[in-house]
Amino acid sequence: MINLIRQLGRQTLSLVQEAGRMQLFLLEALGLFFIPPYRPRSIIKQLQFIGVRSSSIILLTGAFTGMVLGLQGFYTLRKYGSEGALGSAVALSLVRELGPVLTALMVSGRAGSAITAEIGIMRITEQLDALDTMAINPMQYVVMPKIIAGLLAVPLLTAIFNVIGIWGGYLVGVVLLGVSSGSYFSGMVQSVESLDVNGGIVKSLVFGLTIMLVACYKGYYTARGAEGVSRATTQTVVLSAVLVLGWDYILTSFFM
Amino acid sequence: MIRIVDLSRTFNGHAVLDGINLEILQGEITVIIGKSGVGKSVLLKHIIGLLKPDRGQVLIEGQDITKARGADLKALKQRFAYLFQNGALFDSLTVFENVAFPLREKTKLPEAEIISRTKERLAQVALSQEVENKYPDELSGGMKKRVALARALIQEPEIILFDEPVTGLDPPMTNTVFHLITKTHQASGYTALIVSHDIPEIFGIADHVAMLHKGRIIAYGSPDEIQRETNPVVQHFIQGEPDFLEE
Repeated sequence: MINLIRQLGRQTLSLVQEAGRMQLFLLEALGLFFIPPYRPRSIIKQLQFIGVRSSSIILLTGAFTGMVLGLQGFYTLRKYGSEGALGSAVALSLVRELGPVLTALMVSGRAGSAITAEIGIMRITEQLDALDTMAINPMQYVVMPKIIAGLLAVPLLTAIFNVIGIWGGYLVGVVLLGVSSGSYFSGMVQSVESLDVNGGIVKSLVFGLTIMLVACYKGYYTARGAEGVSRATTQTVVLSAVLVLGWDYILTSFFM
Repeated sequence: MIRIVDLSRTFNGHAVLDGINLEILQGEITVIIGKSGVGKSVLLKHIIGLLKPDRGQVLIEGQDITKARGADLKALKQRFAYLFQNGALFDSLTVFENVAFPLREKTKLPEAEIISRTKERLAQVALSQEVENKYPDELSGGMKKRVALARALIQEPEIILFDEPVTGLDPPMTNTVFHLITKTHQASGYTALIVSHDIPEIFGIADHVAMLHKGRIIAYGSPDEIQRETNPVVQHFIQGEPDFLEE
């Protein structure tokens, strides 16, 4: 029993230490954004990698999510004779919850894992050390541009996800199932408030930061060769998903 | 001159460096020999400040790199170049971009000047124009070492640390790399510290040789002095006797 408690205590301490190290890592990376060289080209390159190259998967998932919401919403609302509220149901679900969360999960799976693998391989092949020996800070050269780009890209991708999702709901609800186009959009305009939109933006900012932090941190501290890279990549996807869902609950409780 | 004073570092309770004292003379080629896994690369990483010791100093012209922080550490690192065992070339950049990288990142030279200097360094290490646009994974081991040497030289450093520059190369390529090191050393006059266990090749290029064993420098001298050294551990290593005979 005592061993069990000891083990539990040790694991808790290690978890707290890891969280502390991650926070210091984040602060260092963000602080380097304000110190020259500013590396705008690297940030743009990462925006292209995290943002532009994730857009097709975001378009696809956004469209299907909106279509499913349209379908589910229509049959649920029809029971109460409120098909006209379909637009607001789709929009609120997307803007408040599904847009930020699903975008974050998609970015984590596509870009987060790739970033961990990239930085992890740089670590095990001593490319990060090579930068250090040239008096180039690897945190500033490799990590900072990715974190800043993630912070900018995820809210933009979320906005795209929301718009496409709303049109997906329109396609199913209005075009296929016959809900009036006017009520679809007027319901949306009446029910979606600025607090909902702002809440969604804040969530996507936090999620973007979280995904990039986890991806860069896990890659930066990769050890033990190819197996280490594989483990770090898996940890990135799992930890990012758990943290995104955890943050989602905390932030939702603030905005409700 | 680099002076290492009482340098110690323990990993997981095992003392890898246990009170190293060594002087590396300016403009000379010093070679550190020793068995694999004895801590030679760890020593190099302490000298350039990649690792911090538990105890001791690494004095570069009197400045302790183990205590230096921020701008001081950056200024000290700028005096060095480091040639990694596997080259540590940036795999997303071509050969040309790898060699030009330090100039593009650390200087404000015009692009024409960067191109001219990069081509000059590539020619110096006998790499033809055909390899300029290749990526590191398309190169042989010997070519990677030469690209890494060109990248180290383009920084025009005062000190170059070579971590096993010929490991894994065939004998002709080993001689080529050692020849390039001596040739560029004569041309640039940098201080070279080479970690290697390539006996007897290193005796042909070294001004001084130090042997690292069980975390300490157990022998230091000119190549002739080291070859005449009476310490059985040194002789055992130089003669390449199988390890079980030491027991």
